[in-house]
Parts: sequence; C-alpha cells; structure tokens
Amino acid sequence: MTGFHRGGILAPFVLLGWIYALILAHSPNVAGQAGPVFWAFVSALWLAAAVALNGLSNLRLKTPGARRFLGLCIPILFGAFLFFLWEVIVVGAGVPSVLMPAPSAIGSRFAASLPVLLEDFLQTFVKSVLSGYMIGCLSGFLVAIVADRIPFLRRGLLPLGNFVAALPVIGIAPIMVMWFGFDWPSKAAVVVVMTFFPMLVNTVAGLAAAGRLERDLMRSYAAGYWTTLFKLRLPVALPFIFNALKINSTLALIGAIVAEFFGTPIVGMGFRISIEVARMSLDMVWAEIALAAIAGSLFYGLVALVERGATFWHPSYRT
Amino acid sequence: MTTEAVSLPTRPVARKASRLRGGNAGPVLVVVLAIVAIWYAAAILMNWRGTIDAFSRAGEQRSATEILFATMEQERPILPAPHQVLTELKKTTLDMPVTSRRSLPFHAWVTLSSTLLGFGLGTLLGSVLAVLIVHVKTLERSLMPWIISSQTIPILAIAPIIIVVLGSIGITGLFPKAIISAYLCFFPITISMVKGLTSPDPMQRDLMRTYSASLAQSFWKLRLPASMPYLFTGLKVAIAISLVGAIVGELPTGAQAGLGARLLAGSYYGQTIQIWAALFGAAILASVLVAAIGLLERLLNKTMGARSP
Repeated sequence: MTGFHRGGILAPFVLLGWIYALILAHSPNVAGQAGPVFWAFVSALWLAAAVALNGLSNLRLKTPGARRFLGLCIPILFGAFLFFLWEVIVVGAGVPSVLMPAPSAIGSRFAASLPVLLEDFLQTFVKSVLSGYMIGCLSGFLVAIVADRIPFLRRGLLPLGNFVAALPVIGIAPIMVMWFGFDWPSKAAVVVVMTFFPMLVNTVAGLAAAGRLERDLMRSYAAGYWTTLFKLRLPVALPFIFNALKINSTLALIGAIVAEFFGTPIVGMGFRISIEVARMSLDMVWAEIALAAIAGSLFYGLVALVERGATFWHPSYRT
Repeated sequence: MTTEAVSLPTRPVARKASRLRGGNAGPVLVVVLAIVAIWYAAAILMNWRGTIDAFSRAGEQRSATEILFATMEQERPILPAPHQVLTELKKTTLDMPVTSRRSLPFHAWVTLSSTLLGFGLGTLLGSVLAVLIVHVKTLERSLMPWIISSQTIPILAIAPIIIVVLGSIGITGLFPKAIISAYLCFFPITISMVKGLTSPDPMQRDLMRTYSASLAQSFWKLRLPASMPYLFTGLKVAIAISLVGAIVGELPTGAQAGLGARLLAGSYYGQTIQIWAALFGAAILASVLVAAIGLLERLLNKTMGARSP
C-alpha cells in the first residue's frame, strides 16, 4: 500500500504544483528573471514527480482494466512533466524565442495559423504522401507476388531489395524534382521509391512464412497456386505486410518533407519549415513539426488499427 | 525434414546457407544486368528530345544512329547513362587530389566524419538508455512508450532547427550534423538493446540467481552477451540512418561541403551527372559502413565464442 500512498496521494499535489509553477512563471515579475527560490520550487516538484511516478509504476492492480488505465496514465504524466519543464525553463529563464520557443507560444502560433497549416497539410500529406504511399506499397506488393511466382526473380531481387533498404534513398529527391517538376508529383515519386523496397522485402518474407505442414495440407486438398495464395499464404503474410505498411507510413512523411527542401511551389510542410527557419521564426517551424508529428502518429495509428482488425487471429493480439 | 526441430545441429545449416548464397549470385547478376539495360534504354528515351534540340540549335542535321550515341554523351542529360556516372566517379575520385573541393572523397569524408561522430554519440546514448530502461521500472513504464511513439514522428523534419539553433549560439560545422545523426540513430539502438537485454529466459536468470550473482554480474555475464545479436541488428539500421541524417543535415545551411551539399549544388545548377555521382558515392559509403558493422559482429562473435548465426 505504500506505493499507492506515495503515488496516488502525491500525484494530485504534484499536478497542483505544476499549475502553480506555470502561473508563477508567466507572472510578469518572474518571467525571464526567475530567482533561486523559484528554481528550488521547480526542483522540489521534479523530485516529487519522480517519487510519484515511481510509486505509480510499482503499483500492482488487480483488474486488467485498471492496469491498462494506469499503463496509459504513467507515460501521459511523464510527457506532461517534460512539457511542463520545457515551458517553465524557457519562460522562467527567459530563453529567447529564436533559440527555443515555449510550448504555449507554439500552441498559440499553431492555433493562429490554422489556414496555412491546413494548406500545407493538404499539399504535403494528402497529395504527396498518400498518393506516393499507395502507389509505392501497391507496386511493392505486386512485384513481390510476381517474384514469388518466379523463384529466379525472387532470388535476384531479394538481396538487392535488402541492399537498397540500407541506402540513403532520400538522395534521389533532387533527381525527382528535376524529372517531375516542383509540384507534388516529384514528392510522390520520392515516396514511391522509398516505400517500394520495404514493402517488397517484407511481403516476400511473409509469403515464405507459411509452414511446410500447412502447405502440405493445401496440396492434399488439391488446391492450386492461387487458392493456396489467397487462403493460406497471404493471410499468414499479413503481419509482415502490415509491418511494412507501418514502417512506410513514417518513411513516406519523411520522404515528402525532405524532398520539399529541394524545391517546391510556395506551399507544403517541408517548404514552410525551410523558409521559416531562414526567417528565424522558430515558433512557426515548431508548429509545423507538431503538425507533422500529429499527422504521422495518426497515420501510423490508423494502419495499426486496421492491422488489429485484419489480423485479430494472430497470437500477438490474443489475450 | 518436416519440422524445424530437426535442424538443430549448426554445421549442415551453415553449409546449406552458403550454398544458397552461391546460388543467388547468378540471379542477382541477371537482375543487375537487366537494371543496367533498362537504364540505358531509359537514358536514350529521356534524352532523345534534348539531344535533337541541341543539334537543331547548332543547325546540324544528324542521322538517327548519331543521335542515339549522342544521347549518352550529353553534358546535362535528364538521365545520364551509367558509363557517364562511372566516368564522373572516376574523374572525381582518382584524377583529383583528395584535398580538392571538387574531389568526391573530400566530400564523402566530410559526411563520413559527422556520420561516425553522430553514430558514436547515438550508440552511447542509446545503450545507456537501454540499460536504464531495463533496470529501472519507472523509466520502462514512462519513457518506453514515448520512445516507441516517437518512431511514428518524422524526426528528420527537426534537422533544420537543430542546425540553425546551434548555429545561432555559435556551434557550426561538424557537431550539429552529428547531433542530427545521433538523434536519428539512438532509437533503433535503444529498442533493439532493450529487446536483447531482456532476451535471456527466466531459466537462465534463475540460474544466475542460484549462483547468487549480483545485479552487475548477471548484467556483464548474462544480459550483455545475450544482447549482442540484437544490438548489431540495431547498429546496422542505425549506421544507415545516421548517414541519412548527416546528408540531410547538410541541406538547410546550403552547406559548403559534404555529399548532401553536392546533391544540393547539383540540383541548383542542373548538374545531373554530379547528382548521380554523389548518390552513388553515398550508396557506396552506406554499404561499406554496413559491411564494416557486419565484420565487427563476426569478429566479436568469434572472440566471444558464439555460434555463427
């Protein structure tokens, strides 16, 4: 019960302390010139938060629901603590915003420039990332099926695919910009090339994952190549395919953003980042990065959710 | 050979693997040759128009075969032919002093040094974090979810900020690029190392307890050796993206040197052959680095007496 006492009882006080420190840091006679008393208070809060988190994570709860709730609470509290430190240090010590803007400044900038952000999101995410991601993943998948049908091709392509996966593929961005122009097709092309090889390698590995016993069973049912593919081997390959889809969801966003560093029309997340960095308005850059982070995690989460629905039978999801 | 359990002895498996690899050389060669052939065909098709335009600007009438050969000799082609890229590679590596600003090894060295510094920093940070996460339960439950979810964020977008912010407080050159590399490559190392450090099964850990081994002893004698295969898988991923980080880190400042600067300069001035040469330089660098990690792994396995996987 000591864990509960320390964690459960301390946590609300720590939260109250955070709010008080935030108000204090933003009050005009502290902001930018915080004294040693203020920093001592923040350090004490740090210690208290550590003790509270420690107590919480050593809690042993009986019901699985409560356990899951706690498993969600601890990282959220930890993250909130990091943001709190960031805010208090930047505001309290008066760090100039060209070096490091406070989270609150980034948030207000985000809210103030929603139309611009939406435009960039449409350009980079909806046009470049989504179209490139779909073409890249689909073509990787189809080539993997063809390679599976022709073993000679598979033995030639797979080592090459593994080799290309380790290369800095992002370097083709300037070439694609030259070939397909400044607008989104060149970014989509970079995304296609970046997502193609992970999909190819993973699908080929997944298609080889069906066990010999199961394949023998299919043969004893007199199932042909395509029946075996659709009824046995593709379902078995699904975890591998979804793994590639998840890897690619991050790669695609990185590819599109970095490709925009090489030249774009005057819209797009990568363009905005490079232009605002040059103008030293870092709060806008951070707002753009927050947008990229939100889009990236939502995209990944969506793929993971679909995976959960499609491979509900897989051992890793059985409880 | 109906189940995997039969393949316990290592020797036949190793022999089978080597035979498989020998069998792959032929197909790989064929696929590579096919790619080169497609490349030539694409180069001819894509440069055809530009070549005709160049000739008509010069007021010359040429036959189709002459145009065909001229497509592969353009100075600024849309797609340079493979031999043009090879010539450029040879010209910028062998025919120039290494100190020259037009020498590719000079630029590769600039990128390599920040890659290696960042890789070193990232490995250090990643493994220390992994050790902490394995031993401190609070960190495992609070930090680990953030490390995993941070994988879904396009981290490379932060690169310009790091360059500019560090530049504005007077830190320029190698270090900011190395920070980007380190930031990119510590994730795979932490994840794989945590996996590796927790890989010994309960039986082995119980054995250590019956020996009354201390925490440090069971770390050095059991957990760390067991984590090595996982660590090296992570290291191979890490060194590859460390190179990507260094290259991207050279973009926002319009950097003066490095493979990324070479790419950027090539795209500004339409020097396609230079872009392709820099791209091949980066590819060669990446494969050499990954191969070096593989070699290190084999050496370490030998000294630690591990079975070759």
